[in-house]
Formats: sequence, structure tokens, C-alpha cells
Amino acid sequence: MKKYLPHIIFAGLCVVPLMNLSSYIMHILILVLMWSVIGMAWNILGGYTGQVSFGHAAFFGFGAYTAGILYYHLEISAWWGIPACVVILTALSLVVGYICLRLRGAYFALATLALGEICRVTTENLVDLTQGNMGIMIRERTWIDKTWYFYIILFIAAGTFLLIKIVMESKLGYYFVAIREDQDAAESLGIDTTFYKTISLCLSGVLTGIAGAFFMNYMGYIDPGVVFPLYDISITTVMVVMVGGAATYWGPVVGAVIMVFLAEEIRSLPYIGAAHMTIFGVILILIILFVPNGIVGDYKKLLKPFKRKKEASS
Amino acid sequence: MEQLELFLQTLIAGFMLGGLYALIGLGMALVMGVMRVINLAHGDFMMIAMYIAYWLFTLLDIDPYLSVFIAAPALFLFGLAIQKYLLTPVMKVESILPHNLVILTVGLAMVFSNLATVFFTGDYRSTPVSYASNAWYLTDFWSESPIELSLSMPWTLSFVLAVVITIGLWIFLTKTDMGKSIRATSQDVDAALLMGVNVNRVRMMTFGIGMILVAAAGCLFIPIYYLYPALGRQFTNVGFVITVIGGMGSTNGAVIGGLILGIFESMTATYIGMGWAPAGRFAIFVAALVFLPGGIASIIRKRRLGK
Amino acid sequence: MSLIEVKNVSKQFGGLAALTDVSFVLNKDEILGLIGPNGAGKTTMFNVINGFYRPTKGDVLLNGKRVSNLRPHVLCKLGVARTFQVVRPLQRMSTLDNVIASAFIRTKSKAEAEKVSLEVLQFTGLSDDINVLSKGLPLGKRKRLEIARALATRPEIILLDEAFAGLNPTEINEQIEIVQKIRTEKGITILIIEHHMKVIMAVSDRIVVLNYGQKIAEGTPSEIGHNPVVIEAYLGEEQSA
Ligand SMILES: Nc1ncnc2c1ncn2[C@@H]1O[C@H](COP(=O)(O)OP(=O)(O)OP(=O)(O)O)[C@@H](O)[C@H]1O
Ligand SMILES: [Mg+2]
Repeated sequence: MKKYLPHIIFAGLCVVPLMNLSSYIMHILILVLMWSVIGMAWNILGGYTGQVSFGHAAFFGFGAYTAGILYYHLEISAWWGIPACVVILTALSLVVGYICLRLRGAYFALATLALGEICRVTTENLVDLTQGNMGIMIRERTWIDKTWYFYIILFIAAGTFLLIKIVMESKLGYYFVAIREDQDAAESLGIDTTFYKTISLCLSGVLTGIAGAFFMNYMGYIDPGVVFPLYDISITTVMVVMVGGAATYWGPVVGAVIMVFLAEEIRSLPYIGAAHMTIFGVILILIILFVPNGIVGDYKKLLKPFKRKKEASS
Repeated sequence: MEQLELFLQTLIAGFMLGGLYALIGLGMALVMGVMRVINLAHGDFMMIAMYIAYWLFTLLDIDPYLSVFIAAPALFLFGLAIQKYLLTPVMKVESILPHNLVILTVGLAMVFSNLATVFFTGDYRSTPVSYASNAWYLTDFWSESPIELSLSMPWTLSFVLAVVITIGLWIFLTKTDMGKSIRATSQDVDAALLMGVNVNRVRMMTFGIGMILVAAAGCLFIPIYYLYPALGRQFTNVGFVITVIGGMGSTNGAVIGGLILGIFESMTATYIGMGWAPAGRFAIFVAALVFLPGGIASIIRKRRLGK
Repeated sequence: MSLIEVKNVSKQFGGLAALTDVSFVLNKDEILGLIGPNGAGKTTMFNVINGFYRPTKGDVLLNGKRVSNLRPHVLCKLGVARTFQVVRPLQRMSTLDNVIASAFIRTKSKAEAEKVSLEVLQFTGLSDDINVLSKGLPLGKRKRLEIARALATRPEIILLDEAFAGLNPTEINEQIEIVQKIRTEKGITILIIEHHMKVIMAVSDRIVVLNYGQKIAEGTPSEIGHNPVVIEAYLGEEQSA
């Protein structure tokens, strides 16, 4: 049963558009899937390889701008951004990897944090290329209806899930986890840690970029503040994974569901809506304190109080 | 002549900014050294101190420089509480993801900056002190001087106070028992434990002192700057860039790093454009990571061994 | 024929000379013991050979080629495996997965890696613990896991840094047996650091002695056992301790 869970969920999601759901609910589902992709991508680098990034907005924004710039300057469909992302984000990841992956521990996290900020400031200032703070707008979106967007992001998410599963059960996966657990030991066991960290970063970067390119197509508008923010993208990504559970297959998906729903709910509340960052911050702190491995990682711990009750009553 | 004037004026401005930056960097470097954690809420603590100074000025007409004596103890206590009820428990948590403490400080930063927006709105604020536009001019002292340079009074005051506080910190670290324990813990926790240092107490104190420094920096900044809730981010960035340039946890490095960053930013703003100043900050950060991974501290150390 | 040649190696840490002008060779199929009082520089020597540290002066040659500028993973690929004195298991991976991760160095196939791993786990007597998370193993078994991981990389040379724990007579005999089996059954050349004299005297063909980072003696176990300089180095340690 458990083995077929991904198939069942995938099949279930495939028929969702046939159910005539409201456009708002479809929008939420699309966001959930998009955040799952970003979360899974981050998880490769952070959860499995142990290289915590505070700058995934850089990859997301780069993907979005790749699509946007292709559309705006070359006047071709922004969907070309998705294949173009593979090339552009591999290149970006290689550069970032060369500079940052030699760094250990918190240095790496800081460098990625800086990377996100560098990207934002640069996009704001390179007005000829990026339109600066005016942003890039797609005049005619491909579809008005949400169905096809849903299927596209669903396939991207399913592909990402599958890819991660394959990777994690292969040599690559073993090497990623070995690097996370002890870099020096891994190195002396014949693992070229720099090389495999770079691979992990490339995978993570490209997948995040694809989500960004999808975002450009789906939302039809981007500007530096929308795609490069620290809290709304980079830190939210970390939270998606932490809430769901780092280094688990389902963690990022569960995290995305929770975070997207929470964000939508809280933001729409009167008064409290303005304080949604505070609530997210508090959630983050509580997670670190009490369920540091997330819902999927620590679900046994979460069940404990219930179990005890049962024992007491029986 | 005009070129020279501009250059010297930029240099002076950068030097003063650097002196204030050093204060921010010092707080972060101390905490980094003892706790091995980058406090990404550092700038937000400073923002809190600035709001304290702002309200004291606006409501009670207290000079921002004097509010150090209120803001610093307040943040010290706040810091102790955070250390005790959040950082210490999280140190004991075991998880798959590393850097829990750093992520925790990000959570704190989110809460602080958002709450400030909720309570005080996103408006820009400042403390218009009566001496805000006073300045000293070089020609007042030397009438035949071929070039004209000016020193703004609040800037100079803030800078001088920053230097005084830095010297005070230096005396504290080198002369008092607590200061020595802090330095020992920063160099080698295990050795410090063996020497009988109460590491937990040292951590508390260090975090508290980091808070005092950042509160002081806030009170020195507000007369010459403006204040808004999201300002913390910018100064957190300044802090960690300095910490990295200086060499993780090195206080001497932080002072030099602060000066370098101040001068560099001032130069970028004058010669390239205001919008690029933050980019310049990160450019120097990346350059430090690539070319000087151990920071300035590694150069200082080499020098010493060379002798 | 010499497999590894250490030529005039010095290593400084800041002002501290951990190794000073040390030279020796490790011949094929031999078991060479490396001994010395605490802090003599033995582990540092391993770290230099294995590529963790670059020597401040001097060179390490492997099969006549200079390798002292290569990184540890390259040396591992070239056939030099090591264990860590302070054990470094991949904590949150099972014992089997720990070994599989190192077996992947010579194969891409997981089935193949698993086969190799099960075999070395059997060899080191860890077959019963394959599904235990390595951080849950007792120290003795974690030490053996170090050996298993090193063996799984199919090395030509293995560097054993105090790879055994426990000192009772049965354990000592077991240890001696494992070391000898690594050479006889697997044909691996061994460089071994061991504090326990009985083990080192029993297994080594030759012994190199370090003290304060300098080589003070080299010879067969019986020569070393009677060398007055060596005896004094060890007595000096005991007196100061
Ligand atoms: N990374 C390092 N940085 C600074 N000093 C070091 C470092 N590694 C080792 N040392 C110093 O070098 C000297 C030699 O240490 P080493 O670990 O090689 O000794 P050893 O012979 O293995 O001792 P033991 O028998 O205790 O394992 C010691 O004084 C040690 O403190
Ligand atoms: Mg040793």
C-alpha cells in the first residue's frame, strides 16, 4: 500500500481539474505544487547533502527572469524559459558552487544569503536587461483557465519527485548523505566532496529555476521584489522543508500544503493578516524547538501524546 | 583640487561610517566566536534599540545619545532572556538540518521586523536633534587651506563615542576575568572547560554584551540616520559581512573589517552610484570569501608568528 | 619494492612543529608499525600521507609518483585507505549504508556495492549489526566499522590509526588476528599506529618510532624493543604523566 502512495496521489491529482473546482482553489493547488517543487529542490541540497541555503530565491528568480527576458527581449514564448533554465541555472550553479562550496558550515549559508541579495540588487540596477523595478509583464497569458497550468506544474512536481527518488537510491544519494554526515570522513572514503556538492547544487538550482520559470508564465508578472525576496521566498523555502521534514521524500510536499494554506488563511484574516510574518517566525521557532525534523521526520514523536492517552484509557 | 576634496571628504565619511559599523560587527563577532553562531537577527535588535531611542526622544525629549543608558540595559536583559529560553534549549536539539541556531535567529528577525511594522507602521522616522546640521569646517581653523573639508557634528560625536565604546570593550576583554573567560571560550571551548570556565555563563554574558554593543550602535546611528522596521536586515548584512571579512569571531578583525567596509561603501556610493552601495557590500564579501577565507584575522595571526 | 615513500616531511601548525624532517618507506606486503608517545605526530603523519594536510616541507611518493598535493579522495581512489583514531562514522546511516557508501568508489551498481559491503562486514564481524544506525554502535564496533569502511574501498594500502578498542587478552588476540588476516587474505599492505605494545610487536615486520615529531628509531620489533633511545622516550613520557 505504502509503496503505491505516490501513484495513488498522482492519479488523484490528475482527475482534480475534472471536478470543476473554483478558480481560487485551483490557484491554491497550483501554488502547493509549485512550492513542493521548490521544497524538494532545496531538500536535495539542504536536507540530503546538508548544505543549508538561505538564498534559493536567487535560483527561483533567475529562472523567472530567464523566462521573462526571453519573452521580453527575444519575443518568444516565455515557456521556452523552462528548457533554457536547465542551461542557465546549471551555469549559475557552477559559478555559485565554485565560490561557495569550498566554504564550510555557516559560511555557506551566509554566502547563499548574500547571493540572493546580490541578485536582487543587480536586477534592480540592470534596467536595460531586466526593466529594473518596473518588472516584466506578459501581455497575453497562454491560457485564461487554470487547467493546463495545473497539469504542467503537476508533471514538473511528479518528475521532480521521481528524479529525487532515483537519485537518492543510487550512488549519488549515498554520496550526498555521506557528505552531510561527515565531510572529512566522506572525503577520505574516496568521495570527491566538492564535485558531488556541486552536482547537488546544480540539481537543486535547476529544479528551483524551473519552478521560477513556471511562476513567470503562470503569474504573468515579475519584479525583483516578487522573485528575489529573502523572507517570502528563501526563508519560506527553508520553512516548507523544515515543517514537512528535511531529508524525507514527502516532507517538502506536506510542508508546501501546510505553508500555502497557512499563508492564504492568515493573510486573509482581518488585523492578524498584517502580522503573518510574525506568525511564520513563531512557527519556525516552535518547529526548531519541538519538531526539528518536521512532521514527516518526527511524526512518531508527534503521535506519542496520543498513544499515551490510549494506553492510559485502555 | 575639487577631485581631491571629494575624495578626502568621502574617505572621512567612510572612516566614520566604518567606526560605527565596527560596533555592529564587534557584537556579532563576539557572539560568533563564543557560540559559533551567526546571529541573523543582530540588525533587528539594533532596530529595536533605535525605536527605544526614537520614542524616548519623541515623547520625553531625551537626547538619543543619552538613551544609550536605557536602551543598552534593556537589550542586555532581553538578550539574556533570549539566550536562556531560546538559544540554550535549541543548542540541545538534535536534528538532521545543521545550523538550527542560525535558522532560529532568522525566525526572530522575522518576528521583530514584522511586529515593528504592525505597531509603528512602515513610516520612516528620525530624531531631529537641535545640533543635527552643525558642522566644523577646515577653513574655520586654517583660513588659507587650499581645500575645504567639513565634519558634521552628530557624525563626529557618534564616531567618537563608538571609538570610546570600542576601547572600553577592549579593556573589558583584556583586563577583567569575565573578559578573559570570553576570549578563552572563543579560542577553544574544550580548553576553557578544562580551565574551569563556566561556559554557559560565558555564553549568556557574551550574548548580553553583543546586545549592549548593538544597542549602543543603534543609539549612535539614529541621530545621523533614519529608522524604519525593515532596517534591521541591512545592518544584519553589514554585521555578517564584517564578521567574515574580519575572520569569524575575531574582534580585532571586526574593527578593521568595519573600517574597510565603511570606506568601501562610501567610495561606491560616491563614485559608482547610491543604488550600487549594497552590491558593493556583497562584492567585498564575496571577494573576502574567495581570496581571504580566514579573514583579516588570518593575516594578523601570520604577522604575529612571523615576529 | 616501496609503495609509499615519505621523504623529509615536515609539518608545522602555526608555531608548532608536529613533524620534522621525517623519512621512511612502506614496502609492498609489509606491516609497518608507527609508534611514539602521545602527541608525537603519528596521526599527523597519516593526515599528510592521506592528503588531509599538505606537508610544509618534503614529499610523499606513491609508487614513485609525488602525491603530496592530492586530495584525500584521490588518494583513496589510488588505493590508500585510512581509519580515524577518533571514529567518524556517518552517524545517521546504518552500518551497512556506511560501508556501501565507501564501496561505491569502485562501482556504480548498488547491488555490487552491497555485495562487497556484506563481505567486509562479515570479515570484520559486524554482520549482526548491519541495520543499526552507526551512532548507536558501541565504541568497539564503531572502530571495526572504520576498518570495514576502509576495506570496502578495495585499497592497496590501509592506514590503521589505533583502530582497536579494549585491552583484555582475548580482544588483543582478536585484533592481532584481524590485522594479519587483512594482509594474508586480502593482500593489503598495512601501516599501523597502535599504543598497545603487544599488538604492535606481534604484527609488525618493522617499526618506525616518532618522538616530538622526529623519527628517533627504525627497525625490527626486537631491535626497537632494545633500543635505549626508544625506551627513554617512553619512560620520559611515563615520568611526566
Ligand atoms: N590541526 C591541528 N592544528 C594544530 N595542532 C595540531 C593539529 N593536529 C595535531 N596538532 C598537534 O600536533 C601534535 C601531534 O599530534 P598528533 O595527533 O599527530 O599526535 P599523535 O602521535 O597521533 O598522538 P596520540 O597518540 O595522542 O594520538 C600535537 O601536539 C597536536 O596538538
Ligand atoms: Mg593520534
